[in-house]
Amino acid sequence: MKRDVVTSIIGIIVFTVLLGLVYPLAITGISQVAFPGDANGQQIKVGGKLVGSKLIGQNFGTPVLEKNGKVKEVKGVVVTEPDPRYFQTRPSATEGGADNAAASTFSNHGPNSVRTKEADEENIKSYLELNMGPNKQPYDPGLTVAKIPVDAVNTSASGLDPEISKANAWIQAYRVAAVRHLSLATVNGLISKYTSGRGLGFSGEPGVNVLELNLALDRLTGGNG
Amino acid sequence: MTFVGWFTIAAFAVVLTLFALPLGSYMAKVYTGQRVIFTPIFAGAERFLYRLLRVDRDGGPPAQDWKQYAKSLIVFSLAGWLVLYFILRTQDAPWVPHALNPLGYHSAPWNVTFNVASSFMTNTNWQFYSGETTMSYLSQMVGLTVQNWLSAGVGIVVAVALVRGIIGRSGNSIGNFWQDLVRTVLYVLTPLSVLVALVLASQGVIANLSNYLVVHTITGLQQTIAMGPVASQHSIMLLGTNGGGFFNTNAAHPFENPSQFTNFLEMLSVLIIPAALIFMYGRMTGNRRQGYAIYGVVIFMFLGAASVAYIAEAHGSPAQHAAGLNTHVISGSAGGNMEGKDQRFGIAGSALFDTVTTVTSCGAVNSAIESFTGIGGAVPMANLSASEVIFGGVGTGLYSILLYVLLAVFIGGLMVGRTPEWLGKKLEAREIKLAGLGILITPLAALFCTALATASSAGRKSIAEVALSKAGGNTPQGFSETFYAYLSQANNNGSAFAGYTGFIQPNAGSLGSHGITFADILGGFDMMFARYAPILFALAVAGALAGKRVTPAGLGTMRTDNPTFAVLLIGVIVLVGALTFFPALLLGPIVQGLTGHLY
Repeated sequence: MKRDVVTSIIGIIVFTVLLGLVYPLAITGISQVAFPGDANGQQIKVGGKLVGSKLIGQNFGTPVLEKNGKVKEVKGVVVTEPDPRYFQTRPSATEGGADNAAASTFSNHGPNSVRTKEADEENIKSYLELNMGPNKQPYDPGLTVAKIPVDAVNTSASGLDPEISKANAWIQAYRVAAVRHLSLATVNGLISKYTSGRGLGFSGEPGVNVLELNLALDRLTGGNG
Repeated sequence: MTFVGWFTIAAFAVVLTLFALPLGSYMAKVYTGQRVIFTPIFAGAERFLYRLLRVDRDGGPPAQDWKQYAKSLIVFSLAGWLVLYFILRTQDAPWVPHALNPLGYHSAPWNVTFNVASSFMTNTNWQFYSGETTMSYLSQMVGLTVQNWLSAGVGIVVAVALVRGIIGRSGNSIGNFWQDLVRTVLYVLTPLSVLVALVLASQGVIANLSNYLVVHTITGLQQTIAMGPVASQHSIMLLGTNGGGFFNTNAAHPFENPSQFTNFLEMLSVLIIPAALIFMYGRMTGNRRQGYAIYGVVIFMFLGAASVAYIAEAHGSPAQHAAGLNTHVISGSAGGNMEGKDQRFGIAGSALFDTVTTVTSCGAVNSAIESFTGIGGAVPMANLSASEVIFGGVGTGLYSILLYVLLAVFIGGLMVGRTPEWLGKKLEAREIKLAGLGILITPLAALFCTALATASSAGRKSIAEVALSKAGGNTPQGFSETFYAYLSQANNNGSAFAGYTGFIQPNAGSLGSHGITFADILGGFDMMFARYAPILFALAVAGALAGKRVTPAGLGTMRTDNPTFAVLLIGVIVLVGALTFFPALLLGPIVQGLTGHLY
């Protein structure tokens, strides 16, 4: 028994140093040298300014202003409305505003829950409103509730999904093209350019990287449509 | 459903088998002391570690009988628990360098830490905390990562010891705990973990000690992005079937699972060692077909589970349909239930991932199990109800299914009216009793804790549905959350219907946070009891079998390496699981799966 105790204490110390310090620091060090871009979160800079990570979804909304010109807040969280000039990412359940990358979380909405249905209905309404043109006709002439792809309405897992489905992007392309006075073909071309493929040719689903796509649009039209 | 979705599931099974076969042969060599490719690299380190641990004798560490082996294992685990508890509770102590706690996070309260320490020691990685808002880099590395390795090692050595007992030809020895542990860490886990960590880091899994990034977005908002030494911890948590994510959303977080390719690689990492152990068993018994028979059983049950989950999730949920959504495949979207799923994984990649991690004791998730459809969510629960035998955790899976094999041989022997024999050894009352207890103790712990938590008001405090739903948590969903919590902890899995909580955290960094003592403590004991009781029974079976004489197989010996036996084994597993858990499964997910009613 005494022998086991001594060996265990030595064992825990030795393994803690090897596996808790040497191993993680070695992996981190090698990665920093060999793959600095990936190891630091695939940061994207524009003109030397950090604008996001390619892998982390963002809220492409603008702050809502109150009548007195102040930024509207609810419980300390800035209220935003989607900016029609930009492609919008998927709904996110993170606290402290959508796409809060300091605290990822699931929505945990159940399959038979009234709350899930209500959230879906709410998101459908916002999606239709966002893609509604000035003459009360949707930018995408064929857009109906049944045409909305599920990823545009259902909350993502991480709350930080950087991608949307191609179907979702194609619908939003009508709006973005109209607002920015671009041809639909130009916008759809950019969508294809920033669509990730399946892993090994079969794993997963293709997705359109929203941040890269929006940055490309800004490069094209100088940031304001 | 799509063709490419089905293809993913099939391709995964094929690739897994192709990788697991050679790894199984390799591991058989490692544990029988033969020379392997890494011997020139690690032999020196191995001898040095034996000297440090004071177990070096002439001819290697001394042989242990099952009681000595178990004693070393228990004492070592206990020491690991105490050290982990200490590290987590002193996260904000003055001696911790600022660089390793850049956000100055306080420690989580005692009750939460009790649960976390028990969780990581037992290979469960149930998480009543959220990584990026609670844990310092020091706690993640020196505390949690270390137990990711060691709890995996402890699981594997028990399986190896049981196999030695089964094939033992001389005396009572089942090996030496320290030797098995050192060899597991050096020869099995180190090469795999370094390889996977570096591949993941090259694909976007972050590996740094930076402060959290502050981003000013192009629409004028501010975003803070959590950072950390993720790749090193993530690879061992997959390979060791631990499952505790660096971030709160685990393998759904883009920094843990950035792409379609990493999703495939990560699933492979989870199942590779459990699958290889089965082939190792065949090798070590001297008859590879013994391993193939068991592999056939588990891959059959695994593919069944993955298929049901895929079909159910591709169908969509009642809530979606009530809201008027179209869940069919359309051009540019695969449809289905995308609530709690990320786009890059899709329906098939999410259903398969969560099946992979719930058949094993991994419990990592890339999608929210609570948001799975009724039947889709019943699949992880059914996987857990099978008590870690469909591949199972590293080591735990093999020793658990070997106990089932023993039971199946016994039942088969009764049916033909002969004394049951297994690999030439007669099975007698002692082994059957031990195996029976080893099989039943985990379900017992799960059901007892669920009943206690459902029936008491203290237990119901943890149910998210109580606070949120109009029915006050009196819903199948509320019951599912509770049942899943204690089932997952008992099986040392760690995945969750994540609405169930034992930790209230108003601010990041544990300032003003508190635990829910009932859920924290009950869960902690659930995990420890259901981890160490079966280990002791498995080692006792190893001890009982080790000394038995081998008699040559005769005409009447029932074979355990053919399809007939495989079918019998499936029957026994399904029967035991169904008899134990069917009432509970009915009350939760199956009710939801059978109705379109919304609660």
